[in-house]
Amino acid sequence: MATRTFEFTPGPNIDALKDDPVHGELMHLNLGPQHPATHGVLRLSVDLDGETMHNVVPDVGYLHRGKEKTCESLGWAKFFPHTDRLDYVQPLMNNIGYALALEKLAGLEVPQRGQEIRVLLMELSRIAAHLIYLGTTAIDLGAVTMFFNTFKEREKVYTILDAYTGHRMNNTYVRIGGVFADVDDTLEGMMREFLEQFRAEIDSFESLLTGNRIWHDRNRGVGTVSRSDALAWALSGPNLRGSGEPYDLRKAQPYSGYEDYAFEVPVGTVGDCYDRYLIRVEEMRQSVTIALQALDRLHKSRGGEILIEDRRYVLPPKHKVHTSMEELIFQFKIVTDMCLPRGEAYHGIESSKGELGFFVASDGTRTPLRCHIRAPGLYNVQAIPLLAEGRLFSDMVAIIGSLDFVMGEVDR
Amino acid sequence: MEDFLVILLKVAAIYGGVIGTAALYTLAERKVAAWIQYRIGPNRVGPWGLLQPLADGVKFIFKEELVPAGANKLLFRLAPMMSAVPAMLTIAVVPFAGDMTLFGVDTFGAIAKIDMSAFYVVAIGGLGVYGIILGGWSSNSKYSLMGGLRASAQMVSYELSLLLGILSIVVVSGSADLYDIVDAQSGAIWRWNAFQQPLAFGLFVIATFAETNRHPFDFAECEPELVAGFHTEYSSMKFALFFLGEYCAMIVMASLTTTFFLGGFEVPFWADAPWVIQLAAFGAKTAFFLFLFLWVRWTLPRFRFDQLMSLGWKVMLPLSLLNVFLYGALTSFGAFGD
Repeated sequence: MATRTFEFTPGPNIDALKDDPVHGELMHLNLGPQHPATHGVLRLSVDLDGETMHNVVPDVGYLHRGKEKTCESLGWAKFFPHTDRLDYVQPLMNNIGYALALEKLAGLEVPQRGQEIRVLLMELSRIAAHLIYLGTTAIDLGAVTMFFNTFKEREKVYTILDAYTGHRMNNTYVRIGGVFADVDDTLEGMMREFLEQFRAEIDSFESLLTGNRIWHDRNRGVGTVSRSDALAWALSGPNLRGSGEPYDLRKAQPYSGYEDYAFEVPVGTVGDCYDRYLIRVEEMRQSVTIALQALDRLHKSRGGEILIEDRRYVLPPKHKVHTSMEELIFQFKIVTDMCLPRGEAYHGIESSKGELGFFVASDGTRTPLRCHIRAPGLYNVQAIPLLAEGRLFSDMVAIIGSLDFVMGEVDR
Repeated sequence: MEDFLVILLKVAAIYGGVIGTAALYTLAERKVAAWIQYRIGPNRVGPWGLLQPLADGVKFIFKEELVPAGANKLLFRLAPMMSAVPAMLTIAVVPFAGDMTLFGVDTFGAIAKIDMSAFYVVAIGGLGVYGIILGGWSSNSKYSLMGGLRASAQMVSYELSLLLGILSIVVVSGSADLYDIVDAQSGAIWRWNAFQQPLAFGLFVIATFAETNRHPFDFAECEPELVAGFHTEYSSMKFALFFLGEYCAMIVMASLTTTFFLGGFEVPFWADAPWVIQLAAFGAKTAFFLFLFLWVRWTLPRFRFDQLMSLGWKVMLPLSLLNVFLYGALTSFGAFGD
């Protein structure tokens, strides 16, 4: 097997420089874990030579809550609410990623309408997550008002998610084999109205930032990753596509019927912060397109099944539980003792941050033998030294912002 | 005796007015930011939130004063004063209105008339940087140190452009007295230096942003990377003094821009307006620049430090020098003679 090589220049030795007349002593700085720019509790250990950063070492784990172990002790279905708390800016994406892995393990096929609802909500989640990226990166680079612009839109997304799933955040809307409840068709108008006006809103975001000379100067050429480096460091999502690799799991390994939707995958040329910014903005536009297509399909498939009828995994309707003995037994069995077949499965989805994968191994009992979450954020954090070495201290905030990770997912 | 009382009255009125404006300006900052960002802003204390600055002041007084371990205590306490005092001293020569008669005493609308007042403001205003660099250094914090270093480098660089802008005004006006500079712009709107010297005007306005450490040049604070920059470790009234110094400096810079470039207290189309009207005209022109500070802050992203320095040294300074040379030559050929 051919090994990939990648270039990584380590920083200067802090002790060797002490007697250097030009550099003198480097200043060691602990950035975080409580620091306004680290997007949560990331700690960075940096050696500063004036304004230049050397020996940048990210230190993760301050938000570790043992989610994987929790999954291994809680059981299959009870872990869904915990997935909400992984990447908490896009809970539905995590729900669906986990559900897809379980369905792969159990060999289940989600009904058409269930898949359409999932696609619609995934794209809405992607919009919400990219809005967070845009707002927080802009606030780090000094454009504070952008944060409020994006949060105004995110508030609308939350309102819609509330109407669709019953929760603004931490939705836990997805179940093994489909989704928890059918969407109300009267909400279609609300959704369409949002998507249409959101297109204009993206243009106004761009009018504030894309052509802005300061924004351009702060991002262009900063944190550049070459295509081979991006692959070697296992970057994914917009961070990988920014470096020119058109790898999108929605196209490469379609799931939930993504192969039937028409959309484009934006790809960058340089691989710097500016490219990653442009890609995320374009992805929001593509998400609007996909969501509109999903809405059209939902319009046609009204009344269709949203959840499989499989009493091994799916809870029976409540009114039947109250009237029929078999259904009561099913309910009892599922809640207390639901087992997935022996085996293992991995499913990755294209979350807003990159490849979000769930690996589950089962020995046929009611708890997973192993649950591993491939969080894209962890790989993005790992790339910080590569991007930041030798750059100016102020570039750190642009790099952290453009890598776009959420510590809830990185530390799990 | 009456002369002395009138001077005392003027000192009280001008300092009271400026500090009151600074307090209201903090409220305005939050209100304008709120309007730009789809928010309401402070509206709980007093009608329309007008008493908010008072509530903030009370809060600051009752906050615990912390001096970090290892800090240089003397300089740590001195720095906030050194930041606030120069801005206030500069106010003394700003002409708020023309000649006036108060209680039978003929006087003028400034605390002092100095024939070198245009350079006095730069000399005294330049001292403000000491407060920032000492505050940053004495806190014994790495973030504060970097904030102080950045701010001092930046203020020194941009003072050059500021001074060269003033120099070309002085050359054209033929005097370094702020009253003479205002007089030289009287008569018609097109005689305002903003129209006579558009290049110097633009450079001066940009330099005022850098000089007052305002966004997009606010490297002294730079909250994402430096937490709060030079005043990271400050609390209570010491922090409030830094704040007061910053807002006073902005008011000074806005009034100076008005004086140098927008005809100061001159009322357009009304040459011999009463001093109250002149004061109002001065206030209106200054308010525009004060609003500009807020508008820019809540719209633009922030520069990077090296970009700011290269803008200052490679673009602004050569252009300022060119401007001085150009208007010096024009003046010596008699282009601005009456």
